[in-house]
Amino acid sequence: MKEFLLIFRADYKAIPKDSPEEMQAMTKKWMDWIGSIAAQNKLFERGKRLTSDGKVLRANKTVTDGPYTEIKESIGGFSILKVESYEEAAEIAKGCPILTVGGNVEIREVSNL
Amino acid sequence: MPNQELLPHLFRTEYRKIVSVLCRHFGFDQIEIAEDIASDTFLTAVETWGLNGIPPNPTAWLYHAAKNRAKNYLHRNSIYENKIVPGLQKNNSVIYLEEIDLSPQNINDSQLQMMFAICHPSISTEAQIGLSLRILCGFGIEEIAGAFLTNKETINKRLYRAKEKLWDEKIKIELPGPSEIDERLETVLKTVYLLFNEGYYSVSQNETLRKDLCLEAMRLCYMLVENKNTNKPQVNALLSLMCFHASRFEARFNKNGELILYEDQDVSLWDSDLIRKGEYFLNCSASGNTVSKYHMEAAIAYWHTQKEDTKEKWENILQLYNQLLQIEYSPIAALNRTYALSKANGKEEAIIEAEKLNLTEYRFYFTLLGELYIDIDNEKAKLSFQKALSLAKTRTDKQTIQKKIDKL
Repeated sequence: MKEFLLIFRADYKAIPKDSPEEMQAMTKKWMDWIGSIAAQNKLFERGKRLTSDGKVLRANKTVTDGPYTEIKESIGGFSILKVESYEEAAEIAKGCPILTVGGNVEIREVSNL
Repeated sequence: MPNQELLPHLFRTEYRKIVSVLCRHFGFDQIEIAEDIASDTFLTAVETWGLNGIPPNPTAWLYHAAKNRAKNYLHRNSIYENKIVPGLQKNNSVIYLEEIDLSPQNINDSQLQMMFAICHPSISTEAQIGLSLRILCGFGIEEIAGAFLTNKETINKRLYRAKEKLWDEKIKIELPGPSEIDERLETVLKTVYLLFNEGYYSVSQNETLRKDLCLEAMRLCYMLVENKNTNKPQVNALLSLMCFHASRFEARFNKNGELILYEDQDVSLWDSDLIRKGEYFLNCSASGNTVSKYHMEAAIAYWHTQKEDTKEKWENILQLYNQLLQIEYSPIAALNRTYALSKANGKEEAIIEAEKLNLTEYRFYFTLLGELYIDIDNEKAKLSFQKALSLAKTRTDKQTIQKKIDKL
């Protein structure tokens, strides 16, 4: 078994503000998706969700607000899978709810070196 | 209590107390001596009470007799250790000649400490359960063999090897310190829960025995709740869980000993007193920051005490299973989660998820698939039930599955 990091990205500013019911429905989608991975015994680590603000420390040691001046998308969270291959990881990622709001999932194998 | 029931009852309740107290007094390496003294005490009771009648306070009689036996043993042992052994070796043992304390407080403490000694991570869970049944629950070797569907020799060997391992490890009979207690408690709780499951899902046809196993597991857990050092949220959660499960004990089997599935159970047979106790301990478990798998399972069991099928019920159960699986994966939780998914999100979605599980060596996997395919694809439902049938081991299981096939 190998570990694959899933990084969830989306342009969070572009996502229309949902009603509480819609937000509830979205939360359920996430929980059911993670639950489904866990039920297949393919979840290595649930990971964390990130808040939308952030700071970046540049090489000249200045701190700026967020990395989002040049890119619109930001990282909303991550999880780690334990599966055999990129194909298997991609198959699971296809169910990720972030895709329904125009986001994407980056898949990276974790190096154990 | 009639005569013939008194001794087995006393054996069940008092044997473990005498062994725990003596063993704590002597040290774990002397556990066989402690067991011998306790057994011998009961043997003498059978003979003496048979001739002279039952004493007014049988328990006090037993304690007194056990104390005397222990004193005689220690006396003989001290002569041996002090007069004979010094000539043979230099190792000076400590002599324990102080009074043996059979007060309720010391009995409780000793049993609790014994629980931690037996549920030590250095021995296998199978051995932990065996020793727990013998030493903490006072089960006879024959009863343990009955529960595991094996013979007395196998159990004797298993228990002996387990004790040997604990001697080798020089396990002390004591409560772990505060920094260690949570970790050690985990093993203890695991054993208690396995003990409960051994009774709840046992293949043994002996219903009284099965029920006794469950009640003993609950009693051990209650002892942990009663002690301030071990009264932790996860302990309350486990006790709550066992109360909820046990509340359905009477409803789970018909007169022929056949299992009645949850959906078909007669709710009036559910024990409302145990359900209330379950709710009480579930409330007690809701403190601190740790959420254990027992919390999840207790909450799932709570929702199962609501017989009515509501959207809310199944949505809650689904989310609890989602979380439980993230704490600890198990095939049975994965299957149950998929069942809850079918109730909360519909059969179509559940079928897709079920196919992903691919737990083809489990009978329940195919029974679940069969249930999901009913009215959606009856041919596939039939095929699934047939596969389940080929994996079923007991006659009752086979009958239950055959009935499902016949209905299609």
